[in-house]
Formats: sequence, C-alpha cells, structure tokens
Amino acid sequence: MSSMASTITEKILANASHQKEVAAGDFVVADVNYVMAHDSTAPLAIEAFYSITDKVFDKDRVIIVFDHFFPAPTVAGATLHQKSRKFVADQKLSGFFTNGVCHQLLVEKFVSPGDVIVGADSHTCTEGALGAFTTGLGSTDIGGAMATGKCWFKVPESLKFDLSGSPRKGVYAKDVILSIIGEVGADGALYKACEFTGDYVKNASVSSRLTLCNMAIEMGGKNGIIEADQKTLEFLGARSGKIFRSDKDAAYRDEYKIDVGDLEPQVALPASVDNVEPVSAVEGRTIDQAFLGTCTNGRLEDIEVATRIIKGKKIARNVRLIVSPASDDIYFAALEKGYLEELVKAGATVCNPSCGPCIGRHEGVLCEGETCVSSMNRNFTGRMGDPKADIILASPATVAASALAGKIADPRDYL
Amino acid sequence: MRAWKFGDDINTDVITPGRYTVTTDRKRLGEIAFIEYRPEFAKEVKEGDVIVAGNNFGCGSSREHSPVAIKAAGISAVIAKSFARIFFRNAINIGLPLFVCEDTDKIDDGDTIEIDFKTGDIRDKTKGTVLKVKPLPAFMQKIVDRGGLVDFLRSDGYDNV
Repeated sequence: MSSMASTITEKILANASHQKEVAAGDFVVADVNYVMAHDSTAPLAIEAFYSITDKVFDKDRVIIVFDHFFPAPTVAGATLHQKSRKFVADQKLSGFFTNGVCHQLLVEKFVSPGDVIVGADSHTCTEGALGAFTTGLGSTDIGGAMATGKCWFKVPESLKFDLSGSPRKGVYAKDVILSIIGEVGADGALYKACEFTGDYVKNASVSSRLTLCNMAIEMGGKNGIIEADQKTLEFLGARSGKIFRSDKDAAYRDEYKIDVGDLEPQVALPASVDNVEPVSAVEGRTIDQAFLGTCTNGRLEDIEVATRIIKGKKIARNVRLIVSPASDDIYFAALEKGYLEELVKAGATVCNPSCGPCIGRHEGVLCEGETCVSSMNRNFTGRMGDPKADIILASPATVAASALAGKIADPRDYL
Repeated sequence: MRAWKFGDDINTDVITPGRYTVTTDRKRLGEIAFIEYRPEFAKEVKEGDVIVAGNNFGCGSSREHSPVAIKAAGISAVIAKSFARIFFRNAINIGLPLFVCEDTDKIDDGDTIEIDFKTGDIRDKTKGTVLKVKPLPAFMQKIVDRGGLVDFLRSDGYDNV
C-alpha cells in the first residue's frame, strides 16, 4: 500500500505520535523531546504542573532559562526567579541557564533534526530552522508537557515559501522575512506550518535560517521549519537526529515563490509587524535608540555586520546603541574577534545576553515620543516602554547604519 | 452582559503590556487588562461582560497572563472572527470560553449580549439579532468541558485520546 505524500511537519508529528502517517487537521498526542520555559512564563507553568503531578517526566528534558528579566531589575522579578529556582532545585533539573536567550541556547545545546520541542515563548518557532517541529505554547500547556512528556497538536496545514536568488548588497535574512510578512499579513499564516525552501535558503547560513523561522509567528504561523542539510549537520556537531524531508507532491495550502534578488532593505513601521516598507520610505527619520540583539538577530553574523559598519566611527550623539549578544558563546566569540571592543569604542552599551529591551523591562526602556530602530521581531505599541514610543524593525545592518547617522539610514551607503 | 468591542490583531502587549506582567497574581492581572490601550476597561468592566473582536485576537506573545487577565477582569467569553493560536490554546486551557463568529462586525460596543453557553448562540439584545458560532473540534471541546487542561489531564489524561 502506498502511503500518502507528506510535508516535513506532518512526518515529524507522525513519528512523534507513533503513527505511520498523519494529515493536516488530525489531532495527535506527540512525545516531546524538550520542554522549555523562561523566567516570565515558568511561574504560571510551575503552578499548572503542581496541580497535575509532583515530578517532571524527565529531569534532563525540562529546561528553564532566565532571559526575560535577568539579572532581576525589580523585587517582583527577583521573587519570580526565586520561585523558579526552587522548582529547578526540587525537580533536580539539569538544564538551567542564565546566560542567553532561550531559543539561542536551545539551538546551541539541545535541538536535533526530527525533534518535537515546545517552549513557553512564542518565538519557539525559531528552532525549527534545524529541521525540527518546534512551537510556542502558553504556561498551562507547558506545565502539562512537563508533567506528561506529551502534548496535543492539531496537525497544521503548510505554507511553502520557495525563496530563490541572491540578495543584493545590504539585504539580509531579516529583510527577506519582513518582506514576506508584509505580503502575507499578520494573520496570513494563522495556524499554519511555514516551510522555507529554495536556493536562497540552501545558501543561507544557519544563523540566517534561524532569523527566517523566528518570525513565522509574526504572520500567525504555528512553526517555522527548514529541512536539515549538510550545513545543519556541521552546525550540530556531535548532535544527530532524524532527518525528515517533504515529499515532492506533498500538499500545501499555499505556495509563495519569491526572488530575493529584487529586494531592498526593509523596515516594519509602527505598530504592526506587517506594516512593511522599503527603508527609503522612512530614511532620515530621527531616532533615539538603536538595539542590536534578540533571538531574531543577536548572533555573531549580526554583530559582525554591525561592527563592519561602525568600526572606527562614532555613533550619533542623540542615539543610545544597545547591544546584547544572544548567548555567552556569541558574546565570547564577539569579544575574541574584537567586535565588542569596536562597538563600545564607537559609543555602544553592551548588555548581558538576554531579552533585555525587547520586552521593555530593563536595559533600554523608551519614554514618550522616542523612536527605536531595532533588530528584534515586534514593534507593538508599548512593547519597549511608553505606549507613545515608536519601534521600527530592521536588519542589524540598518540598525548599525542608523545608529551612526542618528536617523534611519540605508545600510548600502555604509557598506 | 455588555459587549466590549475591539478591532483586528489585538496583541498580547495591548492586552497585558510586558512591563506589568512580572506577577502571577490573578487579581492584579485583572486590574491591568488593556491598561494603556483602553484604561477605562478594567475600571468599568462588570462580571459576565463579553469581549467582541475582529481577526487574530491575542496575537503576539505566548504569555498566558493575557487570557488570565481577561478572565480575572470578569469577562465571561471572547467572541472573535479568529484567534491567534497560542492565545486560543491558553484560553481553553484556563477555562476562558472563546467563540469563533464571522459576524462580529454586526455587534457594536456597548450592545447587550446574551450567550447560550450550551448551543453557542449569541443574542444581541440591543439589535434583536442572533449570531451563529463555529463549534469547537470535539477534542478541544472535551478540554473545555473538563474546565481546562489541568483538569483534563487529571481526569482523562492522554492515554485514552
């Protein structure tokens, strides 16, 4: 009997739910390889967990990361940290970290192709760039997964983004995904698997692939996913997994064919991620802060391109440039290569690896009337501080060029 | 029950801004619902009122604080054209009833709404109209019927799915 054609997402969910095949729309209960929560979402997850049971399904597969407000900027934050630390100690969890953004740490230490990973953070779609099914959930779902090692899913329909061509100078993965979200809309991929494929993806670095998958949620997607290839395996080193590939005649809800060779640098204007324009639309608009970091664009290649633009110069006097490498590994590499020294000499403030300003809790909060250009993934009203502050999303290159200019600048003029 | 009308793409930073969610205190979360976007909401909302919205309600962060805040504020149900998926799961998991209804444009802010939680019929008493909702898939309805995921896992578990 011939089996039906399946997407990579369907195959991973079939494997994890011990079925020969599953189809979009099926409800499945899948085994999860890892369950993650961070300091902001863990407290509610722990409450849900203890309402169900008193012992995690596997102490080596439940991961807690402090990244949303670490080190604690308030007494309330420290109190929540204390609660999560007690859980880590009581459950004897081996995976507890305070030295990076949760998604980056999962990518560096845990994810393998074919895994099912759930995290109490919406950007858990990032990790799918390594060929795994990874998705964000709320705290109660995560509490349930900590207790059972399982999670229920409705198998999603898939969207295929077939990306071809070579980006022009000054155009990066961030510009590509912003342009896609501008076209598809903030709910254009609602409940769907977002599968990225094509020559552009094949040639893109693992870091760039992570940027693409990171923002699947910004169009409503359930997961972002890219088939693992040789580049993925080299990145993973000793980690191996199970490589799944979409069948040629697998069913997609929609297919988008996009030539990235036509793209200019993109920005998302306030206050929705699908409000996307070429950078020229706002070139010259004064900024107060520039932020380089996060699970979207806080990796070494992002800090490298920013340094290339900024090295030997001074940022504009009216601008704070805040840099937060996404993990300690990235921090050390950027130190060793001299990037952080160059950035600090130019006037940047380097913060510890964390979510920092991205959620407006500390390390760079905005006041009324201010504008920040940021390499992060959300520009919602009030996200970085006062609701009357504006956030413009852009690539690390555009962030760096704008920090120098003191206003939104086209990175092509600085490369 | 008063209808509190909202538009499309109401995100979790609008419902519960990140700067206010460093707590698990449900009462406090109820007080900060829509604190900056619609400051009068938490002050004037009455037990049993409903939120009526457009597409993609609850998009953005996975923070469960958002549905918790809405429930704690006294809201008995959210009716929207569509919901962002994490918010949707979160609401079901914590026992906040959601209804998918394509006709929410026909309800205005301040209308008096009556919901039959058994049939899902939504009666707009101000306009004298009845709107239909899309039923939940059976699996999700079961979680709702048990009162949320915690009680579902305690009573049923995944073994019999």
